[in-house]
Amino acid sequence: MFSKLLLATDGSEHSIRSAKYAVDLAQQFDGTVDVVYVIDEKKSKADVLHHVDKYDLKKDREEKIKPVLDLLVSERVEHQVHFSHGEPAPTIIELANENNFDCVVVGSRGLNNLQTMILGSVSHKVAKHAHCPVLIIK
Amino acid sequence: MNIQKIKQDWFGNIKGDVLAGIVVALALIPEAIAFSIIAGVDPMVGLYAAFSIAVVIAFVGGRPGMISGATGAMALLMTTLVAQEGLQYLLAATILTGILQILFGVFKLARFIKFVPRSVMVGFVNALAIMIFTAQFQHFEGESWIMYALVAATLAIIYLFPRMTRAVPSTLVAIIAITVFVIFGNIDIRTVGDMGALTQQLPIFLIPSIPLTFETLMIIFPYSLSLAIVGLLESLLTANIVDDMTDTESNKNKESRGQGIANIVTGFFGGMAGCAMIGQSVINVKSGGSGRLSSLVAGVFLMFLIVVLGGVVVQIPMAALAGIMIMVSISTFDWSSLRNLHKVPRTDALVMVVTVVTVVVTHDLSIGVLAGVMLSAIFFAAKISKVTVKKIVEEEGTKHVYKVYGQIFFASVNDLVDKFNYNDASVKEVEINLANAHLWDDSAIGALDKIETKFEQNHIKVYYTGLNEESDLLKNKIGGLSKASGH
Repeated sequence: MFSKLLLATDGSEHSIRSAKYAVDLAQQFDGTVDVVYVIDEKKSKADVLHHVDKYDLKKDREEKIKPVLDLLVSERVEHQVHFSHGEPAPTIIELANENNFDCVVVGSRGLNNLQTMILGSVSHKVAKHAHCPVLIIK
Repeated sequence: MNIQKIKQDWFGNIKGDVLAGIVVALALIPEAIAFSIIAGVDPMVGLYAAFSIAVVIAFVGGRPGMISGATGAMALLMTTLVAQEGLQYLLAATILTGILQILFGVFKLARFIKFVPRSVMVGFVNALAIMIFTAQFQHFEGESWIMYALVAATLAIIYLFPRMTRAVPSTLVAIIAITVFVIFGNIDIRTVGDMGALTQQLPIFLIPSIPLTFETLMIIFPYSLSLAIVGLLESLLTANIVDDMTDTESNKNKESRGQGIANIVTGFFGGMAGCAMIGQSVINVKSGGSGRLSSLVAGVFLMFLIVVLGGVVVQIPMAALAGIMIMVSISTFDWSSLRNLHKVPRTDALVMVVTVVTVVVTHDLSIGVLAGVMLSAIFFAAKISKVTVKKIVEEEGTKHVYKVYGQIFFASVNDLVDKFNYNDASVKEVEINLANAHLWDDSAIGALDKIETKFEQNHIKVYYTGLNEESDLLKNKIGGLSKASGH
């Protein structure tokens, strides 16, 4: 039922918590996990500015999601990693809908009302527009 | 294969490129006008530059999907030249800037950008943001509360409108709303028309009317050099950002050459020097632009709008432009560098701050970059010049083994020589183990010779072990020379 999972991550402590749930689900249903790390234009700009070259940058991004990958490796869950560019919510939604995932696992940052109004809630948008069930980790 | 690539670069994404190009054109107009005003020239000079650079770069640039035009960084460098010598010298300087950039491209100097450390680049964009921000203060002088209210309204629209729709650039909506409000409200406030003439004409080819003398060259050369360097720095940074956003590669040397060609053409058509624009390129990519067509459409559509709507453009209040420039400076500033200031190495933080302060004091981005690069080099030399020496006593005190760790070069030799004990009477021989050291220059060899001499004066035998191949080669080449001449 939940054998093809999409896990959205940003390398934060919060997203590692989401990863634990994704691992749990994958183990129960003997499934696979696709990890997606979305880089928006603000992140692109800051990242390019702060790294010597693209190899250094790539290494650093891989380093960022390493805790999540370590978890997947140590729990022996079959997985794949995607680095995607664009706005986080639409990119996750597109990936989820075009590849027929069974479930999207995404963390909720726990923003207050004002922050949600200005920043927009990624998890809310994903829940609304993804065609599959969405597991939001609070 | 080449034809295939050209076709892909131009027509691989027609719909996305045309739509994004139109969005970019709309966003370019207010910035081109505002940057002209920063430089101290008529709005047309910036608009011609935006048109000409965008169109030329579409054909000769090395990074499809990147947008170039009149920029704040370049405008800030020209203010003194324009104030002292006038527009014609600026046009000549623009052409010379282009020639220098082509030379940079031909000699493949783009790779030297890597010698500009990251902390200097961060300082560069932060300084740029501060300069664009402070350049707006002049528009508030002697103005009433209406000016402040209109600027606040502009910023409110810019930041809140995208909540409703992202189809139209919010800066354009802000400009239209504020302009309409001022015209129909009959509000007496300074407009673009008060800052200079705006002719609804296509640019024409003109040779700048300046005396073609050595003296002229000496006046414009320093400006052109600064413009060439800053232009390439920002263009290559922007190219890297577009590379990352689109997950594709680009040709940096072709881009350097392309920027040069664009500036030469622009100078002859009455435009000011420009370079790639980070903000506009991000808008382009986000709006779906990725090919050369997007830059062409942006340039052509911008000129079309000016020719058709020039009469309205002069009525745009300065308040709206000042608001947009404040937004540009906020988005240019690298806020993460402030948040992480206490986390990055102290020396990096200091380099960043020194770069910013130098620019703000000298009003020259290129001097700031130079100061930052030099300070980084000094810090690097200081860091790498730490040499440690470990002494091991062997054979009941008659032999000392010194293990040297680190880089031996001009900055570290003074330290090294003092780390040996030359006056131990019980010692008969000394082994200097250089397995963990590297000899870099003749100062290093000189230092070893000096150490050797000092030991020999006390009748202690010295020999070396563990030299790596490169160091050994260097030592054999120049070793003994300084010692021989010393006696």
